[in-house]
Amino acid sequence: MNELGQKILKAAKATRAGRQPEPAPPTQQQPRRAEMRVRPTAPILPPSNIQGNALMVVIAIMAFLACLTFGAVTMVRATAAGWQSQISREITIQIKPEEGLDMDAALKKARELALTFVGTREGTIMDEDATARLLEPWLGTGLNLDELPVPRLVIITIDEQNPPDFAAMRDLLKTEVPQAFLDDHRTWVDRLVSMAQTTVLIGTGVLILVFTAMILTVVFATRGALSGNRHIVEVLHFVGAESSFVAGEFQKHFLKISIKGSAAGGVLAAALFAAANMWQANSLATPESDQATALFGSFTIGITGYLGIFATMIVIALLTTLTARFTVMRTIDEIDLIRSDPARSDGAPSS
Amino acid sequence: MIHFENVGLRYGMGPEILRDMTFDIPKRSFQFLTGPSGAGKTTLLRLLFMSLHPTRGIIRMFGRDLSQIPRAELPMLRRRVGIVFQDFRLLDHLTTYENVALPLRVRGKEENSYRNDVIELLKWVGLGERINVLPPVLSGGEKQRAAIARALMDRPEILLADEPTGNVDPPMARRLLSLFLELNRLGTAVVIATHDLGLMDQVDARRMILTEGRLDIYE
Repeated sequence: MNELGQKILKAAKATRAGRQPEPAPPTQQQPRRAEMRVRPTAPILPPSNIQGNALMVVIAIMAFLACLTFGAVTMVRATAAGWQSQISREITIQIKPEEGLDMDAALKKARELALTFVGTREGTIMDEDATARLLEPWLGTGLNLDELPVPRLVIITIDEQNPPDFAAMRDLLKTEVPQAFLDDHRTWVDRLVSMAQTTVLIGTGVLILVFTAMILTVVFATRGALSGNRHIVEVLHFVGAESSFVAGEFQKHFLKISIKGSAAGGVLAAALFAAANMWQANSLATPESDQATALFGSFTIGITGYLGIFATMIVIALLTTLTARFTVMRTIDEIDLIRSDPARSDGAPSS
Repeated sequence: MIHFENVGLRYGMGPEILRDMTFDIPKRSFQFLTGPSGAGKTTLLRLLFMSLHPTRGIIRMFGRDLSQIPRAELPMLRRRVGIVFQDFRLLDHLTTYENVALPLRVRGKEENSYRNDVIELLKWVGLGERINVLPPVLSGGEKQRAAIARALMDRPEILLADEPTGNVDPPMARRLLSLFLELNRLGTAVVIATHDLGLMDQVDARRMILTEGRLDIYE
């Protein structure tokens, strides 16, 4: 431009010197200002041209639902892991009564046999009173265990990190105390693991649905924004803009909208978990809190949960921005294709 | 610089709007493109701007066969062509300065690197005092000059102008014509589509006359 600028200046001087009509209007005859000042460059796409409020609310709702799902999954997993840990911390040896069996001796033998295995910590024989208390809901008070063939239990606590060989223990017990039955709670643990996995799967499914709905919403919003700013896109086309540049201009707006929306939704979800956690902590041992805890477990989602909510917000913002970018690029390519193809053009010469 | 060979164009299944066009636009040339309304002047300009593909024939732009150029490369080639519309196509929310600087902005240039050049060019087209004005406030002639300045901003090798004097009075039309002539003297090829015979009579230049889809050239 400098070379052209010099040429233009020369040409301008020649024009002023003589024959050609002066292109400058009379206002240019005024004394020259020391320096021309221009305002800060305005955005090519004015923010008012993008109807962002509705989209921001939709993104906020989607982000809220996504974060809520993520938090709920984290919570259920933590509760399930807690139960699993509690259950797998001990095993039970059940001894069925049999004619002629010395129950006390059998209980002691079973406990001693179990404690010979590496990975066991201590063994407790559930005494008659404890057994009676256990059966109280079904058989009532004042139960005489000698009159009923009630099985007796030995509870063995184990090292979770280094559990004993259950199969070997089971075989040994079967040989030495045929009436003994070892329950390592594997069935319960398996069910809990399966429940936790199902919860995670359902949560992932909900997240996928939320993200899909959000992507489709952003696609419609972007197409609407493109349609409303078609005149700007056309001018950019005629000044040689590449589709990536145009996409970048739209992307800036959608990034701002998505950051605001996802931040609002994420913060709201985090606040909800924090509030529920506080309520639970402040109302310990009340019937409402106990019922909620029994149903949902603890409302604590921990630092991992909050980090997950933050990550979900970032993912939503990025997803929105990328969706807007690809939609703009694809739509512009479509417009370009239709514009350049006379077989598909409506023949309007204006563009 | 630009070569058309047996170029024809029809919209959809309609009749051919342009037929058997064979011509060259040499470097640094100056020509009028004229013909009655609806003769296909704007369509031909769109072909010259690579905004429309012909139905048949060969177009060579800057030595390259247009049909062989990938679509992604077309914006780069379009940057070598400046175009001015009868309806100006200025963006109303941008000032005159920002409108004229737009071609450099889309090329990713920093404002500091072009600010003086834009102001210089605006002064040259007589808009030095209107740099911070929004287009709705500009007169028809000022808008047209701003549109011309925008088309010239990135030193195009050829300038296409569609009815550039259609919205201005005769004195302003003469001033705009002198602007085009000076630009041509500086080395830019110019194609002016017009049906203003008075304007054409002021310059002894090549005339390309479109009639019923056919082109006759008078050197």
